[in-house]
Amino acid sequence: MPKDSGVIGASDKRREDVRFLTGRGQYTDDIQIAGQVYACFARSDVAHGEIVSIDTAAAKAMPGVLEVFTGDDFAEVGGNPAGWLINSRDGEPMKEPKRPVLAHGKVRHVGDAYAAVIAETPEQAKDAVEALNAEIKEQPAVVDMKAALEGGALVHDEIETNQCFDWGWIEDNRAATDEAIKNAHHVTTLELVNNRLVPNAMEPRASTGIYDPGTDEYKLYTTSQNPHLTRLLICAFVMGIPENKLTVIAPDVGGGFGSKIYHYGEEALVLAAAKKLGRPVRWTASRSEAFLTDAHGRDHVTKIELAVDKDGMFQAFRTETYANVGAYLSNFSTATPTFLHGTLMAGNYTVPNVYVNVKAVFTNTAPVDAYRGAGRPEATYSLERVIDKCARELGVDPIALRRKNFIKPDQYPYAGAAGLEYDTGNYDALMDKMEELADFGGFEDRRKASEAKGLLRGRGVNSYIEACGIAPSNLVGILGSRVGLYDAATVRVNATGTLSVMVGAHSHGQGHETVFPQVVADMLGIDAQSIDIVHGDTSKIPFGMGSYGSRSLAVCGSAVVRATEKIIAKARKIAAHMLEAAEGDVTFEDGNFTVAGTDKSVSFGEVAFKAYVPHNFPLEDIEPGLEETAFYDPANFTYPSGAYACEVEVDPETGQVTIDSFTAVDDFGNVMNPMVVSGQVHGGLGQGIGQAMLENTVYDDNGQLNAASYMDYTMPRADDLPFYTVDHSCVTPCTHNPLGVKGCGEAGAIGSPPTIVNAVIDALQSGGKDVTHIDMPLTPARVWAAMNG
Amino acid sequence: MPQVKMTVNGQDVSGEVEGRTLLVDFLRGDLRLTGTHVGCDTSQCGACVVHVNGQAVKSCTMFAVEADGADVGTIEGQANGDGSLNVIQQAFQDHHGLQCGFCTPGMVMSTAALLKDNPKPTEAEVRAYLEGNICRCTGYHNIVKAIMAASGQDVSAIAAE
Repeated sequence: MPKDSGVIGASDKRREDVRFLTGRGQYTDDIQIAGQVYACFARSDVAHGEIVSIDTAAAKAMPGVLEVFTGDDFAEVGGNPAGWLINSRDGEPMKEPKRPVLAHGKVRHVGDAYAAVIAETPEQAKDAVEALNAEIKEQPAVVDMKAALEGGALVHDEIETNQCFDWGWIEDNRAATDEAIKNAHHVTTLELVNNRLVPNAMEPRASTGIYDPGTDEYKLYTTSQNPHLTRLLICAFVMGIPENKLTVIAPDVGGGFGSKIYHYGEEALVLAAAKKLGRPVRWTASRSEAFLTDAHGRDHVTKIELAVDKDGMFQAFRTETYANVGAYLSNFSTATPTFLHGTLMAGNYTVPNVYVNVKAVFTNTAPVDAYRGAGRPEATYSLERVIDKCARELGVDPIALRRKNFIKPDQYPYAGAAGLEYDTGNYDALMDKMEELADFGGFEDRRKASEAKGLLRGRGVNSYIEACGIAPSNLVGILGSRVGLYDAATVRVNATGTLSVMVGAHSHGQGHETVFPQVVADMLGIDAQSIDIVHGDTSKIPFGMGSYGSRSLAVCGSAVVRATEKIIAKARKIAAHMLEAAEGDVTFEDGNFTVAGTDKSVSFGEVAFKAYVPHNFPLEDIEPGLEETAFYDPANFTYPSGAYACEVEVDPETGQVTIDSFTAVDDFGNVMNPMVVSGQVHGGLGQGIGQAMLENTVYDDNGQLNAASYMDYTMPRADDLPFYTVDHSCVTPCTHNPLGVKGCGEAGAIGSPPTIVNAVIDALQSGGKDVTHIDMPLTPARVWAAMNG
Repeated sequence: MPQVKMTVNGQDVSGEVEGRTLLVDFLRGDLRLTGTHVGCDTSQCGACVVHVNGQAVKSCTMFAVEADGADVGTIEGQANGDGSLNVIQQAFQDHHGLQCGFCTPGMVMSTAALLKDNPKPTEAEVRAYLEGNICRCTGYHNIVKAIMAASGQDVSAIAAE
């Protein structure tokens, strides 16, 4: 009988919840260090300006002030680098202006830090920032991407253009794609905006730097999704600290959604200040600082064309996108609009021709980078919106049009026209399940009931694929990545049989502390409660690239499996010795090593004890101890897919949209903990619905961020969202990782925005309104304006 | 600096604070009760909700001196006497009503206040009450479900997965 806990596939309750529910979580700002002092940053209130002078004398004379830093203090250290080198269509490498620790010479967006005060208390630091006398000569700002490319102000004078790159994917497919569109039976064209979002992890960023002059060692507590990557960037690129002299600890982290992947200048500042002052230096962002300085997401302006033949078969997708990278390149910002977007532009379809052009543009706005989904929501939104529009133009059912063009289960592995080889999937099965759960049969009755109330009911669907389990190092190396994207795990079996598993993935809400032990316990046949996960501390774990891109289980989980396999292999050798049997005769099942065909047996715990008390031990053949490390580099991306449906009611009098139901059917491959997986989908849906309905990051023409607080930026609240119906029973296991898992973290945010917009367009069309597109967010004002011309 | 005295989770406490010191900073900084969180600076997010004389209060909107003499409850005082999770906390764990945990203390404190006034809230009442508590991880599905379960209602009809 299957066990209901402690194994693969069980919905174990999360063990980490107990500390979070009782106020015992330890987030960066909760950790107090003796002798600590406080940093406060002076941030630009103009979007673009020349730093003429910064007079620090008055600030330095303020009570409690210990030091003031400006950009001059960091002029000699390195810049914060971009992790991917993208080449333009003409072969030219992307423009890569320096991103300094503190702005030097110029400020380039509102919130750009140009000085920092260190003081005994946070209030004293804040007061002293007010006393800084900085002369910043405001210059015209450039906010709109097309204006930035057409002779607007230069964000970086030294590169003489605001264009970072002009990328084509795949350039060799361009002519064939153009030809297919020219000769097509029908071409549907759609211009759309993928609205800029602020990630808004509920815990604001925070960092504490510590320096020990006795050992010349640094320690950084910081809100990071990937402490090793942060260490690498600080040591190898920015500050030149030897990597063995810096420990980075990301303790409990209150959400990330991409925004905490990146290294930020504040981390370097607190380390430098800690060394100079000999005191621990801490900084915690206010929410206002988070709005102004956390890397934002999305912000694409796109034109997409879909060519179909007379039978409705897709012949080509051609996309031209302007991608805002903001004022500086953030670590993933060049990968997000290119290889996480362009490579997905074939969707779930057998389309033969795909061409994507992306122009990345510098503007006087906060840097833009990966946010939950990162490029794949933008790809899915463009595809699934233009397909829906095409179906309407052709007068065919939008689901039938998609089904006709799906890659079929017998076609895998399938080399898609956008350059990726999908290993497995079954998109019709997902659609079937979605139609069943969303009760398609009852739709017309519900539509009539809505009409009777004076409301317009619409239904939208979506079929998405994403590439996650990021990422195969060989492939991303070819594509321009400057790092590898493997992960690592060490399984340490203690003498008494308990386990510590050190993992490179970082849990900031995903439940690793519960789910990873389920995997190891299942493999070893032992109690999951005897296994603890260690993560987030570079001094304790072997290495790791962290958590993003739905990679934790697919990549790091695979490393855990490989390390556990090594443990079993060594334990079997020890057991064979203990049982006086040949290794090949020893089987391992339910936590016991047994000589096949006999009742001679030793438990895993007895073997562990033997490994650490090696009396009568074959030391010439086997080392004492039981600890193994594995690095795992995936052979391919994983390809989760799904079919989503949404029903909305629109009030034609006001434009108010209400979500009546939302159904998400996903194929994540094998599922380790269904409860956690459902929770990940719920969260992604909340953020995707937020993008579609509520959230927008509005800059005015001068580069002032109008939506810079929770009073101006509409975060989804509980009463904005429905209960969701989610399902992950349609499983095609990933073929190339040992758990057969694909990743579930981003799906909800990828699949939901086009589903909602499709539903609203359907509702308006059902009411006789000739509306074919509305840009997100679908606020009542926008919907009403679209209905009323 | 003014002296304040109050009862926090049943213990008498006191301290010297500036006039501008917020209650949340007194709790987190002086008393080292770091379970109460700060997620915004405009009193919107609700991560800092505590109980003051039995009322749910955003502790970032109250000066410490205003709480002089008050009976304050924080997340650290919510568990049962034997240290086990109380009914609300247990429901949040049972129904996966938290992920990163940052908004969770405020959610639990707001839920306690809601259920005190409205022991069997409807789904719509729960959602409306949470207007002042923002969560970015859960999409609220399992939070609403946990709160309804904590009130003793049958939530088995609400799809879990």
